[in-house]
Amino acid sequence: MSQPSLSEALRGVVRRDLLLAMRHRSDVAMSVFFVVIVASLFPLGVGPEPAVLRMIASGVLWVTALLACLLSLGRLFTADYLDGVLEQTLLIPQPLGVLVVGKVFSHWVISGLPVVLLSPLLGLQFGLSGESLWVLTLSLLLGTPTLSMIGAIGAALTLGLRGSGLLVALLVLPLFIPVLIFGAGAVTNSLAGIGSEANLSLLGACFLFSLTFAPWATAVALRIALE
Amino acid sequence: MVTSTLRGENTDSDTGVLYETPDGIEKAFANSKTFKSSTLRQFLFFSSRGISRNMFQTVALSGSRGERLLFSDISVTVTPGTLLAVVGENGSGKTSFLRMLCGLLSPDNGTILWQGKDIRQLKELYRAQLTYVGHLNGIKDELTPVENLTVSACLAGDESASGVVQKALEAVGLGRPIHRLPTRVLSQGQKRRVALARLWLTTRPLWLLDEPFASLDDTATSYLTRHLQSHLSHGGMVVVATHQEIDLPSDCIQHLRLTR
Amino acid sequence: MSATGINWFKYSSPQAFHPLAGRMIPWFAAAAAGLIVVGLYVGFFVAPTDVTQGDAYRIIFVHVPAAWMSMFLYVIMAVWAGIGLGLNARPSFMMAQAIAPTGAMFTFLALFTGSMWGKPTWGAWWVWDARLTSELILLFQYIGIILLRSSIDDLRRADRASAVLALVGVINVPIIYFSVKWWNTLHQGASVSITAAPSMAGSMVTAMLVMMVGFWMYSIAVTLARVRCVIVERERQPSWGKQTSIPDVAEAR
Repeated sequence: MSQPSLSEALRGVVRRDLLLAMRHRSDVAMSVFFVVIVASLFPLGVGPEPAVLRMIASGVLWVTALLACLLSLGRLFTADYLDGVLEQTLLIPQPLGVLVVGKVFSHWVISGLPVVLLSPLLGLQFGLSGESLWVLTLSLLLGTPTLSMIGAIGAALTLGLRGSGLLVALLVLPLFIPVLIFGAGAVTNSLAGIGSEANLSLLGACFLFSLTFAPWATAVALRIALE
Repeated sequence: MVTSTLRGENTDSDTGVLYETPDGIEKAFANSKTFKSSTLRQFLFFSSRGISRNMFQTVALSGSRGERLLFSDISVTVTPGTLLAVVGENGSGKTSFLRMLCGLLSPDNGTILWQGKDIRQLKELYRAQLTYVGHLNGIKDELTPVENLTVSACLAGDESASGVVQKALEAVGLGRPIHRLPTRVLSQGQKRRVALARLWLTTRPLWLLDEPFASLDDTATSYLTRHLQSHLSHGGMVVVATHQEIDLPSDCIQHLRLTR
Repeated sequence: MSATGINWFKYSSPQAFHPLAGRMIPWFAAAAAGLIVVGLYVGFFVAPTDVTQGDAYRIIFVHVPAAWMSMFLYVIMAVWAGIGLGLNARPSFMMAQAIAPTGAMFTFLALFTGSMWGKPTWGAWWVWDARLTSELILLFQYIGIILLRSSIDDLRRADRASAVLALVGVINVPIIYFSVKWWNTLHQGASVSITAAPSMAGSMVTAMLVMMVGFWMYSIAVTLARVRCVIVERERQPSWGKQTSIPDVAEAR
């Protein structure tokens, strides 16, 4: 009888996913390029007036980050599901919720963190400057892991279903909306000169709330999907 | 072992009947309402014979897949040193049965007991006792066999030093040159061997294997059979879903036939 | 919520519940029809014309009860989902399955009537006020549950997955409400709340309450009818086999 400790199991799960990402470095690049391209679509659609762009910046950048997260959810569990690794993960004698946090964390490092790091540049493209750039980055830093954790629930529920890409979007977007409101609101407030602390605190609260409950819901959904 | 010691015992259908049919297939029936008394009786019986507590048992297990009833009222006991071979046609529910034993699938009725306790109560304690190799290999194509096995061993709490891992791969018949290639360039049989190499690293007593011999050639089959025998002789237990006959002494094999 | 007054366990088998539901439906349907007619009469003809909004405001007698129903039904559906997951009880999942479309219908009705209210009052077919936007998101949640269930072929997985989604969604409902209100105050001035209730005369309150109760009766009747359909549909599967006491299924065989 052998049992890994909780930290060993967590480290093992994270290390495997990061090792896989290093073998497929294009995965990281994909999220980044998606965000850049989609963010560039808006000025092309709306026109390049700086005033307009500044006004829509917070919403556009946040929605773009949200869509990038949504599209990357397909990669969270599907590969593991198809090759039997997910089954083995369910059999690890440690709480599945904790292992889910590990998986979502490594997924965020690959798909979400690059977007956060890139966001100041995108903000500049939209005419943000100074404090609002900082607020944008911070809001995405708090928001994207939250989105990943909430999105994991949808990914787990739709595991292996045909057409799951669109279905995940339908299931998960209503759950994303509060995070979007607080995140974009933080940047809008900072542009308007009102403090963004309230929005950022609410974002932080969303993060903590999702960290507490979403992994558990995801674990339940995974067990249901693997029956 | 099981049949010879229990043959002739408990012919009362109220508490449990164990019988052996001529072709070596046996089934134990336990009335689930009185399973407590029959389990107690069996337990006392075993402990009086000095057999260790590591006992694995299903009681009146029934399962279905979707709307189709697969099997019902299966009661078997597996004791240390025994291999339970689950046989049946395609679609008879062997994989579902194994997944129920793992705890991945919920049965419609009945319970599975480990050392007398329901596995649904034991949860992680039970999962720490078993190693499962299913239809899917559970390995990543992008990683090398050494990396795959190291991660599996780490996540199982087993020894994962590279020397040990490489020895396990060699024991399965994968030579050194293969160890550092990405798994996706290996053949199906070689990938299966990588998946099974876990069994050479694990120290857990209960092995649940779903068609382990599929896509293995004769050499690998004999390696695996010898390893299973060694595991059984150390008091381990194996449940195998298989089509093939396993080349082991018949006194340590039990058969369970699932029919539709 | 329907049969809680009776000894539930006796009727927890779908085969027993089917005829019971059949007997209850006409009563609820009649009550629903009666109450809705009375409510609409009071609302459209008896209640006085509003000073600021004229006669157009009368749509609230449909809009507000529909909105309340949509939220209540979501919560009740989530309760059934939770019971189903906790007790592993198929009938609970069937109740949750039966409630979802009615809830979605009320949500759509609330949105539609809200839009109808907005046009003559504020000149726009859609106003992004807090309540309407929350209703819209609630509709998405209902649709998500219905679509998830229809995307999964395996019945057991469909039941349990949509139950999990319902529970996650029910936690989201208050969060959405709060965050949308927050968002609304953030962008104050861009939209006006069309759901600010006019000061209510007695007959207005009566009309709304009567409509509420009428909608409740309707929901119960329709849910029971749908549960009967769900039972028959599932009974056709061989695993429930044996003698079926449900006439529709027996004939179909």
